[in-house]
Amino acid sequence: MQRDLDTRPHPEPVAGRGRDTEVATSPTSWFDRLTMRSSRPALVLIGLALLAVISIVLFMTLGAKGSWSFVLSFRGKKLLGLLLVAYSVAVSTVLFQTVTNNRILTPSIMGFDALYVLIKTALVFFLGVGALVSLDSQVQFLVEVLVMIGFSGILFRWLFLGEERSLHLLVLVGIIFGVLFRSLSQFMQRMLDPGAFNVLQDTLFASFATTDPTLLGISCIIVVAVSLVGLRLMHTYDVLSLGRAQAINLGVDYKRVVVIILSLVAVLVSVSTALVGPVTFFGLLVATLAHSLVGNSKHRYVLPAAILLAIVALVGGQTLLERVFAFDTALSIIIEFLGGIVFIALVLRRSAR
Amino acid sequence: MPALILASIITLVLAIVSVFVGVSDVSISSLLAGGVDGRAMEVLLVSRIPRTLALVLAGASMAIAGLVMQMVVRNRFVEPSTTGTSESAALGFLVVTLLAPGWPLMAKMGVAALFALGGTALFLRILKVVPLRDVLMVPLVGIMLGGIIGALTAFIAYRANLMASLLAWNMGDFSGIIRGRYELLWIGLCCCVLAYIAADRFTVAGMGKDFTTNLGLNYQRVMVLGLVIVSLVSAVVLVSVGAIPFLGLIVPNLVSLMIGDNMRRTVPWVAIGGAGMVLACDIAGRIIRFPYEIPIAVVMGVVGSAVFLYLLLRTPRHAT
Repeated sequence: MQRDLDTRPHPEPVAGRGRDTEVATSPTSWFDRLTMRSSRPALVLIGLALLAVISIVLFMTLGAKGSWSFVLSFRGKKLLGLLLVAYSVAVSTVLFQTVTNNRILTPSIMGFDALYVLIKTALVFFLGVGALVSLDSQVQFLVEVLVMIGFSGILFRWLFLGEERSLHLLVLVGIIFGVLFRSLSQFMQRMLDPGAFNVLQDTLFASFATTDPTLLGISCIIVVAVSLVGLRLMHTYDVLSLGRAQAINLGVDYKRVVVIILSLVAVLVSVSTALVGPVTFFGLLVATLAHSLVGNSKHRYVLPAAILLAIVALVGGQTLLERVFAFDTALSIIIEFLGGIVFIALVLRRSAR
Repeated sequence: MPALILASIITLVLAIVSVFVGVSDVSISSLLAGGVDGRAMEVLLVSRIPRTLALVLAGASMAIAGLVMQMVVRNRFVEPSTTGTSESAALGFLVVTLLAPGWPLMAKMGVAALFALGGTALFLRILKVVPLRDVLMVPLVGIMLGGIIGALTAFIAYRANLMASLLAWNMGDFSGIIRGRYELLWIGLCCCVLAYIAADRFTVAGMGKDFTTNLGLNYQRVMVLGLVIVSLVSAVVLVSVGAIPFLGLIVPNLVSLMIGDNMRRTVPWVAIGGAGMVLACDIAGRIIRFPYEIPIAVVMGVVGSAVFLYLLLRTPRHAT
C-alpha cells in the first residue's frame, strides 16, 4: 500500500509517535527515495514556495506592456484576489476534512458555495433589490457571511453531530443538497423582475479572470481575523484528525472546537465564493495533493503545503491560460475536469480496498 | 387496479388543465366562438396540444428509462442523470452540431443516442472493474462521471462559442414546443412499449446474472436492450426539450415504495406517474409567475432533489 494512495479516514496515528517525521510502514514512492525522508515535508514546502513565487512573478510581469505602475497595480489587485481565494479554499478544505474525518468530502462538494449563492439570491428576493443597492457592498457581505454561518451550522449539526451516518451517504446527501440549493437559487432568480435580476447577476458574476474588486479589502480583514482564530486552535487539529472518540479522550472540548472550526470554514467559503464564484473540486484537488506530497498528516505541514499548492495552481494556471494560451475563463472548467477524475479515483480506491 | 385508474384520471385531468393554461385565451367558449379557423383553435392545435403531448411522452419515457436503468444496474439510485447518460448525449449532440450542422435532427439524435450508449457503457465498465460494496457509491461515481463528461462538453462548447446552446440543452424547457418540434418524442413511447413487453425479462435480470442465465435467458441481450432503451430515451428527450433532472429517479422509487418491484405491475404506474409529475411541474412553472414561465428543469430540480434527499435520509442506512 503506497502512502500516496491512502484515503482512509485517519490513516496515520500521529500522536504518541514522539518524532516529527513519519516512520515508513510501506514501500515508498519515487518521491520518498528522491528526498531524505526525515526532511521531506520541509523540502516539499520549500519547493512549493519557490514554485509559488515563480508563478506570482510571472503573473505580474509576463506580457506586460506600457506603464509599469499601471500594470503592477492592475494586476496586483487581481493577484490579491487569487491569493485570497487560494488561501481560503485550501484552509477551509483541509480543516473541513479534519473535522469530518475523511479525505473525500470538501465544503464545496457538500454544497457550501451553492448555499452562499442561495443566501445572496434570497436576500435580494425577500428584501428587494433596494436593499442590495442602498446597502454598502461590504456591510452586505458581512450580513451574508453571518447568515451563512448560521445556516451551515444548522446543516452540519444535523448531518454530523446527530446519529452516525456512512460517509457515502453524507457525500451523496451533500451533492444533492448542492443541487437543491442551486435549483432554489435559479428558481428565485426566475421570479425576480429583470432589473433586480441584472443587479444580482452583476454581483454573482465572478470568475478567476474577473475577481470582484470591491470586496478585496473586507475579505483581507476577514481572512486575517479567521486565521488568527484558526492559529489559536492549531494544536487541536492533529488531535481532531484522530477521530471524535480519541480527541475527546485526549482532552479536546470536541463540540465547541468543531463548531468554531465549521464557522471558520463557512466564513472562508463565503470569501472565496464571493470573490470567484463556486468551484466544486478545487479544494479537493489541493488537499489531496498536499496530503500525498507531504506524506504525513501533520497540519503544520499539510496546511501550508495546501495553501502553496493552491497558489501555484491558481496563479500559475491563470498565467498559463491567460498569457500563453489566451483562454481567459477556462481555468474553472479545467479544474472541474481534473477534480472530477481525482474524486472518482479516490472513491474507487477507497472502495476497492 | 382501481387505484391505477384513479391515477390515470388524475393525469388526464392534469393534461386537460395543461391544454387550457397559458397566456393566450383558450377556453371552451373561445373555441366555440372562433370556430374551426379561429385563433383559439390555432393556438390549441399548434401549441397547446403538442406541448401537452410532449409533456406526457417525455415524462412517461424518462420515468420508464429510470426504471429500466435501475433494474439493469440493480441499484435504486440510478437514472440517466446519475450515470453520465444525459451528459454523454449532450456531448454527442454538441459534437454532431459542430461537425455536421446540416444533418437532419433525426440523424443528430441518433448520434446523441450513440454517445449516450457509449457513456453508459463506460459507467457500467467502471462498475465492473471496481466492485462497489456500497449502494450509494454507484450514483456517486455516476454523478462524478457525468460531471467530468459535462466539463469536457463545456470546454468544447466554450471554445466553439456554443455555451448558450449547451445551457439550453441542459435546461429542460417545454415553452419552445410547437407542432413539428416534438414528434421525435414518439420514439420514447415506442421505447416504453418495448420496456413493457420485456418487463419480465428486466425483472429477472434485476436478480443477477447467474439467476438470469439459470432461467434460460440471455443476460447480455437483456442488458443491451435495457441500455438501448435508456440511451434512446435520454437522447430523444435531450434533443427535443433538454435534460429533466431526477425524474427517472424519483418516480420509480416512489412507485416502488407504494407497490413493490415487480416490473410488469410497476411499468404502467411509473409511466402514468412520470407523465403526471412532469405535467404538474410544468403547469406549476407556468402559473407561479404568470405570464412568464419557469423552465421545468428548475421546478424539477427543486422537487426532484428534495424528494431524493427524503429517499436518502428516510430510513436508517441499513434499510436500503
